[in-house]
Amino acid sequence: MNFILLITAVLTAFALVFAAYWIAKLLSPRSYNPQKGEVYECGIPTRGKSWMQFRVGYYLFAVLFLIFDVETVFLFPWAVVVRDLGVDAIISVLFFFIVLVGGLAYAWKKGALTWD
Amino acid sequence: MFDFSVVSSWIHQFLTSVMPEGLAIFLECLVVGVCILAAYAVIAMILIYMERKICAWFQCRIGPDRVGKFGLLQLFADVIKMLIKEIVELKNTDKFLHALAPYIVILSSILAFACLPINKGMEILDFNIGVVFLVAVSSLGVIGILLAGWSSNSKYTMIGAMRSGAQIISYELSIGMCLLAVAIFTGTLQFSEIVAFQADGWLIFKGHIPAVIAFIVYLIAGNAETNRGPFDMPEAESELTAGYHTEYSGMHFGFFYLSEYLNMFIIAGVAATIFLGGWMPLHISGLEGFNAIMDYIPGFVWFFGKAFFVVFLLMWMRWTFVRLRIDQLLKFEWKILLPIGLFNLVLMILVVVFKLHF
Repeated sequence: MNFILLITAVLTAFALVFAAYWIAKLLSPRSYNPQKGEVYECGIPTRGKSWMQFRVGYYLFAVLFLIFDVETVFLFPWAVVVRDLGVDAIISVLFFFIVLVGGLAYAWKKGALTWD
Repeated sequence: MFDFSVVSSWIHQFLTSVMPEGLAIFLECLVVGVCILAAYAVIAMILIYMERKICAWFQCRIGPDRVGKFGLLQLFADVIKMLIKEIVELKNTDKFLHALAPYIVILSSILAFACLPINKGMEILDFNIGVVFLVAVSSLGVIGILLAGWSSNSKYTMIGAMRSGAQIISYELSIGMCLLAVAIFTGTLQFSEIVAFQADGWLIFKGHIPAVIAFIVYLIAGNAETNRGPFDMPEAESELTAGYHTEYSGMHFGFFYLSEYLNMFIIAGVAATIFLGGWMPLHISGLEGFNAIMDYIPGFVWFFGKAFFVVFLLMWMRWTFVRLRIDQLLKFEWKILLPIGLFNLVLMILVVVFKLHF
C-alpha cells in the first residue's frame, strides 16, 4: 500500500504542475514583441555566453558534500541500533568517525573550506 | 486520542463492499491525491499571508489590509494574479530543461510533504526508512533549482543556481546530523514510531542538552535549506534580481514560489514531528487531570500548532538578521555548524549509551 501511495504522490505532483501550467496558459494574455524573448539582465544586452565554465570553489564543496553525505547514509543504519548495542556501538563506529573528523580537519587545514 | 485510521479503514470497507477492490484502491488514491493538493495549496496561501503580515509587523507596517477584512482576500487575489500573468516564451533557453525544472521542484516538496504525520493514523507515506526517504526527496529539489538556473541561459540565474546549490548541499549535512542524532535517540527511522516514542515526553525535553542543540542547529540549517532569511544569497534581490528563477514568469514562477513556502512548512513540520512530539499532546507526568484535558485536543491541532509555531520562529529569524555573504555562509556551515553537529552526535551517543536521558 505504501508504494501505491508513493506513486499517487508522484502523480499528484506532476498533475499539479501540468494542470496549473495549462490553466495559466489558457487564462493568460499573449503579446508578441521580439524584445521579450531576450534574456533579462536589467535591460542591458547580454555580453558573452552564459553557459560557461564556473569557478572551481563550488565543485570543491560539492565533492566535500559527497563524502559527508555518504557518511551520513552509512551512519543511519548504525544509529538505529545504538540503543541496543550500548558501549559496543561506540567502539564499532569509533574508527569510522575518527577518519571522518580527520578528513574534515585535513580539508580545513588545506584551506579547502576557505572561500577566496 | 482520536485515531484517523478508524475513518480510513471504514472508508476502505465501505468502498470494497460496493465495488471491486482495484477500483476501490484507485478511488482512495484519487481522494488522497486531492487531499494532498488541497492541503498543499491551502497551507501555501496561509503561509504567504502570514509572512506578509508578520514581515509588516516586524517593520512597523500594517501589511495587506485593503482586499477583504484584514486583507484576508489578498491570498486569493495573489493566486488569481499568478494565474492570469503571461508566461513569456524565451528564445535562448534550453526548452526541455526549462519546462522540467518546476516539475522536479514541486515533486520534491510534495513527496516530502506527504511524509509528515499529521494525526494518529493520518500519515500518507510512512516508510520504515522515513527519515532517510525525507532527506533523499528533499535533496531532489536542488536538482530542479540547478536545472532552472542552467537552462535559463542568463547570468543572474546561473550565479543564483550555483550559490543555491552550494548552500543547499552544504546545509543538508547539518540537517543530516540533527536527524541522525534523533535516530540515535529514538532507535527508529519511521516517523509514526518517532512520534509514538515521544508519548511520555517530547524529545526536546527527554533528550535535554543534545536535543536542544540539535533543534537549534536544525532551525538554522533549515532556514538555509529553504533559501530564506539571512541565507537568501541565491536570490539576493539587490544583486541578482531574483536568482535562479529570474527568467520564469507567471505561474511558471509561481511553482518556485509555492515550493519555497511549502519547503519552509516541511522544515517546520519535521522539526515539530521529531523534536516537539508531532501530534502528541503535552503531557506532564503526575498531573493526570491536565493530561486528560490535553488529550481532548485533537492531534492535528497539536501538529499544526507546533508547525506554525516553528514557522513563526523561522520568519522571526528571516526578518531579524541581515544577509550573509557567500563566503561567510559557507564558512558558517563548514567551520561552525558541522563541527557542532558532529560534536552533538557524540554527545547524543554518550547520553543514549549511558542512559543519561529522562
